[in-house]
Amino acid sequence: MTHWIVLPVILPAIVAPFIILAARYHIGIQRVFSIVGVLALIGIAAGLAWQASDGTITLYQLGDWAAPFGIVLVGDRLSTVMVLLTAVLALFVLLYAIGSGWDERGRHFHALYQFQLMGIMGAFLTGDLFNLFVFFEVLLIASYGLMIHAGGNERLRAGVQYVLFNLLGSTLFLFALGAIYAEAGTLNMADLAVRVQSIDVGESVGIRVAAVLLILVFAIKAALVPLHFWLPSSYAEAPAPVAALFAIMTKVGAYAIIRVYTIVFPPDLEVTAGLHTTWLLPAALVSLAIGMVGVLGAKKLDRLVAFAVIGSMGMVMIAISLFTPGSIAAALYYIIHSTLSAAALFLIVDLVRTSRAHLGLTLEPPVSGTVLIAALFFLAAIAMAGLPPLSGFVGKLLIMDAAFSTSSMAWIWSVILISSLISVVGFSRAGSILFWKAQSVEPTDEAEVVAGPGALSYIAVGGLLVLLTAHTVFAGIGHRYMQATAAQLFSPEPYISTVIETAGKLSEPKEGY
Amino acid sequence: MELLVASAIGILTAAGLYLVMRLRTFPVILGVSLLTYAVNVFLFASGRLVVGAPPILRDGVSTYTDPLPQALVLTAIVISFGMTAVVVMIALGAYLGSNDDRIDDPVPMDEVIPEDPS
Repeated sequence: MTHWIVLPVILPAIVAPFIILAARYHIGIQRVFSIVGVLALIGIAAGLAWQASDGTITLYQLGDWAAPFGIVLVGDRLSTVMVLLTAVLALFVLLYAIGSGWDERGRHFHALYQFQLMGIMGAFLTGDLFNLFVFFEVLLIASYGLMIHAGGNERLRAGVQYVLFNLLGSTLFLFALGAIYAEAGTLNMADLAVRVQSIDVGESVGIRVAAVLLILVFAIKAALVPLHFWLPSSYAEAPAPVAALFAIMTKVGAYAIIRVYTIVFPPDLEVTAGLHTTWLLPAALVSLAIGMVGVLGAKKLDRLVAFAVIGSMGMVMIAISLFTPGSIAAALYYIIHSTLSAAALFLIVDLVRTSRAHLGLTLEPPVSGTVLIAALFFLAAIAMAGLPPLSGFVGKLLIMDAAFSTSSMAWIWSVILISSLISVVGFSRAGSILFWKAQSVEPTDEAEVVAGPGALSYIAVGGLLVLLTAHTVFAGIGHRYMQATAAQLFSPEPYISTVIETAGKLSEPKEGY
Repeated sequence: MELLVASAIGILTAAGLYLVMRLRTFPVILGVSLLTYAVNVFLFASGRLVVGAPPILRDGVSTYTDPLPQALVLTAIVISFGMTAVVVMIALGAYLGSNDDRIDDPVPMDEVIPEDPS
């Protein structure tokens, strides 16, 4: 048994305390260790993704205890892709945090950042529902610290909202887990998949309630309407690099829905029939619509991007709620696009903030470095709004293609197309007020010259946009890989048999026991 | 006993939810604590209620209690305790900073309707 798959969890868990204990007063050493840690994570994640790319399912039994008694980590195509995405995103966000000096504005940024990565990696890799809860808590408690990094009254108030909302979500998660355990007697995903199949349809009340509670929890994480209220103010008030890293946190919710509702409660399962089409799809359509209307109506640039995140999560959830191999492949393609473009937009918002009095969409004198920032904003807005030629357009096309033959095609196509138009108008309104019309305003005399953000900040944003471009240019390869991933998700037998049938310590009775 | 445990969970949850909707930090934190108590008892009951039975295999014993929910509850207690401590600290910071313990966003200044002087 190789130990590589547990390293994405172990490595940040070692780096973070080291940063606190050995380097707490030396920001330079902290930065070096943080970057080296993330680079190593990328290496490990790329290795894991390469290992899983031929369809191998890697199982890691913690403490060598066999599932369902022990906790297992499972690496298949989906989880390794998400781990790789997180590691790559983390590098660019970290570069921005260092380049813009955000990490110096409060204490323990790098340690919290590593703990946050540990929680996210663990949530992607675990094969056990209760362990998923624990990793959710790890990533949440680190995100509470990051969310209020650098302080400020507005940020603390938004932090209180964020923490309380997530505490309620965690409580709901525990209720769902208790209900599942009471019905099925296990919390291991593969074991659950077997046991849920054998539950009689006539006695399925408990497991139905549990399935709905669980999807509510994940919908809170994924900011699906009507559970999205925590997102706009917390993402808008969070420090920019943190908000950019949070772009992956909504995807953790989407990942959990894909994972649990393909393996444990698959769409053809009779006891949970109707959950996706009746409830998830309308909620996703409303999310997309509300997000894009929010983009048009926002009065501040940071809120605008937060609403764009809600809209893009709506788009992802539309594809997920169809639950066909084609739509899941489209959703996964769009998840990568949406993570990168949302992170880039949050960082660009911060570039604007550094040289402007406030982020309100009112006429102000032009910001320093306008041309470059405007170009970056233009590219990221094109990506987020889903205009050609960037990957948002490809992703949207894939989702609409997946919805083409379904009965709800008319709804999905009209909502996607109309909301895209609204978001294009919203983004162009914001862009023209910030960068274009600003040219006509004379700078006031007392306006002090602010030092622009450092070169490293621009490299970080540019790197994210280069990744987006690569995601577009290699869309064929990416989409084929996502199709293979979806195919693996829809034939979970190898996953289940790998997890359940691998023997561990004490699987064979020994002398004296 | 089932009635007692079930009604305890129900009352704790109802009281917790009521307090959570109060929109001031102190009642909301109390409400969240009550909810976590409720969920701890709920998790405990998910392994079926058995009194006075051993949790591990022994010779000559036929009734067992499920040990797993107890482990789950321990984890949940630790996590909720830590989270409550964190939220108390952040809420205190927010209260001391802005001298206001409301949870919802304040109305932006340009949307406040001035009172009619007449």
